[in-house]
Amino acid sequence: MDKAMSEQNNRGIIREINGPIVTITLPGVRNGEQVKIGERGLYGEVITLRGDNAVVQAYESTEGVRPGEPAEALGWPLSVELGPGLLGSIFDGVQRPLEEIFEGHGDHIPRGLSLPALDREKSWHFVPEESLERGTHLESGIRLGTVQETETVEHRVLVPPDRAGELVELAPEGDYTLEDTIGRVRTPDGRTRKLKLYHRWPVRNARPYVKRDHGVAPLITGQRILDTFFPLLKGGKGAVPGPFGAGKTVVQQQIARWSNADIVIYVGCGERGNELVDILETFPTLQDPYSGRKLMERTLLVANTSNMPVVAREASIYVGMTMAEYYRDQGYDVVMLADSTSRWAEALREVSGRLGQMPVEEGYPAYLASRLAAVYERAGRVETGGCDKGSVTLIGAVSPPGGDFSEPVTAHTKEIIQTFWALSKELADARHYPAIDWTGSFSEHVSTAGKWWHKEIDPDWEARRGEALALLARDAELLRIVNLVGPEALSSAQRWELEGAALIKDGVLQQSALDEVDTFSSPEKQFLLLDMALTVYEKGAELIELGVPVQELTDLPLLAKARRAKQVYDSTQTEQLLELMEEFNQSFDKIRTEYAKFEEHAQ
Amino acid sequence: MSAREYRTSSYAQGGLLEVRNTPEVSFGDRVLIRDHMNRIRNGQVIKSSEGSVLIQVFEGTSDIDLESTWVRFLDEPFEISLSPELLGRVFNGIGQPKDGRPPIVSNLRRNISGTAINPAARTYPREFIQTGISTIDGLNSLVRGQKLPIFSASGLPHNRLAAQIVRQAKLVDEESHFSIVFAAMGVSYADARFFQEEFSNSGVLGNVVMYINLADDSPVERLALPRVALTAAEYLAFELDRHVLVVMTDMTNYAEALREVGTAKGDVPSRKGYPGYLYSDLAEIYERSGRIRDRHGSITLVPVVSMPSDDITHPIPDLTGYITEGQIVLSRELHNQGIYPPVHISPSLSRLMKDGIGKDDTREDHPRVANQLFALYARALETRNLASIIGADELSERDRRYLGFADEFDKRFVGQDEDEDRSIIETLNLAWELLSIFPKDALTRVKETDLAKYHHTGD
Repeated sequence: MDKAMSEQNNRGIIREINGPIVTITLPGVRNGEQVKIGERGLYGEVITLRGDNAVVQAYESTEGVRPGEPAEALGWPLSVELGPGLLGSIFDGVQRPLEEIFEGHGDHIPRGLSLPALDREKSWHFVPEESLERGTHLESGIRLGTVQETETVEHRVLVPPDRAGELVELAPEGDYTLEDTIGRVRTPDGRTRKLKLYHRWPVRNARPYVKRDHGVAPLITGQRILDTFFPLLKGGKGAVPGPFGAGKTVVQQQIARWSNADIVIYVGCGERGNELVDILETFPTLQDPYSGRKLMERTLLVANTSNMPVVAREASIYVGMTMAEYYRDQGYDVVMLADSTSRWAEALREVSGRLGQMPVEEGYPAYLASRLAAVYERAGRVETGGCDKGSVTLIGAVSPPGGDFSEPVTAHTKEIIQTFWALSKELADARHYPAIDWTGSFSEHVSTAGKWWHKEIDPDWEARRGEALALLARDAELLRIVNLVGPEALSSAQRWELEGAALIKDGVLQQSALDEVDTFSSPEKQFLLLDMALTVYEKGAELIELGVPVQELTDLPLLAKARRAKQVYDSTQTEQLLELMEEFNQSFDKIRTEYAKFEEHAQ
Repeated sequence: MSAREYRTSSYAQGGLLEVRNTPEVSFGDRVLIRDHMNRIRNGQVIKSSEGSVLIQVFEGTSDIDLESTWVRFLDEPFEISLSPELLGRVFNGIGQPKDGRPPIVSNLRRNISGTAINPAARTYPREFIQTGISTIDGLNSLVRGQKLPIFSASGLPHNRLAAQIVRQAKLVDEESHFSIVFAAMGVSYADARFFQEEFSNSGVLGNVVMYINLADDSPVERLALPRVALTAAEYLAFELDRHVLVVMTDMTNYAEALREVGTAKGDVPSRKGYPGYLYSDLAEIYERSGRIRDRHGSITLVPVVSMPSDDITHPIPDLTGYITEGQIVLSRELHNQGIYPPVHISPSLSRLMKDGIGKDDTREDHPRVANQLFALYARALETRNLASIIGADELSERDRRYLGFADEFDKRFVGQDEDEDRSIIETLNLAWELLSIFPKDALTRVKETDLAKYHHTGD
């Protein structure tokens, strides 16, 4: 970034106000540059240049602004502050701290407010890296030291991407505020530059890394249909599309709560205010199942609710992503949840419409697909400058109008992502949650995830998963027949298949986010429940083969027991699940012996 | 101020008026327009450039000529006066009295656009509101500060249901009544009169403020109406500490007015000709409901959305459903069977229910009972479909039980009288009567302790 250019800020005059789009005569301004608009000092960003006129999109309502008012170009693009103190906070779409705004300015967000994202007063205990000596050449991304950001997360202070050079000085262990100098480097151009605990980064530029790496381990979310049936790797890209009421938000919140990521960034992009409040109120009291600490200690929220200005909504995804990359660079596995990418796309559409750009599909601009792909592409697992491995997993909710998956945003998203968790209205209507439709969903990560499952949990994982999906596919087929001609047309074996599939649906796929026990399922429990349902089905099928009437099996009380097991035994009670399985085996054996006796008798 | 009066109109169509050679006028400012008959109309600046201004005229632009129309720029945003005197009054869409009484006089004025509530200032709604209607209280519970629309269609009794909610809504253990803000956009005279009589008959009129725009009033005025009404609601809730129930009918008329003006402005259309910003615009309205930290009052919003051609995927109900915290869906099929209120529970939903019900709020079995009823009813509807194809006689005994359950459920649980105010305990007990049609083993979504306590063991 060329600082010399921006020392003299450009000043200009407002010509026209059309909603969030303001035309300003502002010669010399750059595309993407931040602009302060009018006497109220509203913030905005240049999106188009036309001669001496700049078209600026304002992050705030432009009500009351009039032509002739002054404007000022600020000399830098939209950037975020990166340093300790991000975790546990809630920011708006341009990284203003909402809790501080509430304390200082009341219930509503005033306009023209400029507040630093990070607290300048607070001091942090910095522990320098011992191995670093004066004169060492520092690549960007090298660890300078650490700060304990929260009880769980150690914040690794890195050489910022534009500050590589020779180490001149590094501060000793001690307490420092963000503005204190903790070191100095001599950059290749001969200048000596200060290092602080934080730095700024322009959000629309992906942060650099050494090289891309491929994902190796699945993200464990504790949700059976996600982990067992449609896994997503750490560093992968996933989408959750669904009509309203199908449970997108609950799926996202469950991932935020239970996934084995180090850091969770939740971007509420054009969605409900109360959903973010739900997280804000519950996460500080909920326990992280892995560290045992409070969930809020690893969580960061970006909130641009649906009623907040639409341009800041467009920015919020980039703001969230840049913070995600920052923690990735520290060697962490980060999950970023974007709820909802459709609202982000609509913000693009709204701005493009105001600019009079030619719409292509359903009013969306022609660059929708490329912008969408560029955002998702920032996810991934990388080797960082500090020779660590870090990842950003991006999971976007998609809100297709009318639940129609052929609409532009869903269709383009589907081309980019690797795991697709399709929500279904029919399942949601029957209160089958999570309402993820096993026929419309897919994962390209099954074989890689399989390696992990086979090593860590059970070598039969991929086979059992396949058997369950095959049974569910036959079930769909048979249900079509039943709906045409009634259940009487089915053979006993087929009727037992329906029963087996129902057991998988009720006992495995269906998972209650509200039930204390069922809300999280460890991989071990997930596999045991799946194995149990399949075993019940297989044992029953063998008996039917022998001639046992299907009615006798469907009346077995053990079926209700198998359905309830998920809520009765928590993730630590694998022994009890194995005992239950043994009990089922014995019941089936008993029927087999009794039936054999009966047969003998009959003969 | 006369210095700011101009007779330089250059374009008038579809509620929009363009004025040239204007001074520098603020975006969003109010405007007064005097036509050739000396009638005064109200407007608001929706685009402001150097030398020209585009105005949205709330009374419309019919019968206006360009030469003799005077435009005065008021140099102030669109604000309304607020005082406790609002209650008991009737206004039009821009806050002018419609009941023949004088306008509200107050030093307290607020901008009708409002500003977004800081998400960090909100507090999660969790106090159960008892409406006395089983399908809502039992299965789609409303909580204080929620926005829960009624999705209806022409000819269905959404107005009667809305009126019943207004009459019966209360907190279980508090004798506090709601203040009502009633916002009617493009409704027929008969509908407006129905509500007025309802409020009058139930003796709540002194606690209601009404904003009414009739079907033959200007559609442009409909764009301001919900904002004016919510500005009043915010004042009552967050400055006078009242619990406010806002009923809006009909949001479809609002959205159609938005399309009409948007088209006149030349906005790029997206689905079905509605402007691309319909979602954001609706959200600006709906998201003004809620609860705020350290404030006693609340805004609970019940908008009525009629689904054009009964289509729930139409942009208006669709976008509404994405913003609101659930929806109550009315069904023509139930209505035709004479069931009131014809709430179709399967597509209905309350997202905030989970925190408003259960042990400390209603009864400990409530969440699971609701879940079980939904599941059984979904299965029962499948069976009903099957029976209509192969005939009920062909069904197994188990399936016939589902069929019987569906009929009983529609008749006894869904159906109730218009003045029947069931307590939540009555609703839950009724639910157990219906659940007891099934043996205990078929009820896997409730706990065994629930079965022991509430199941009518006769299986």
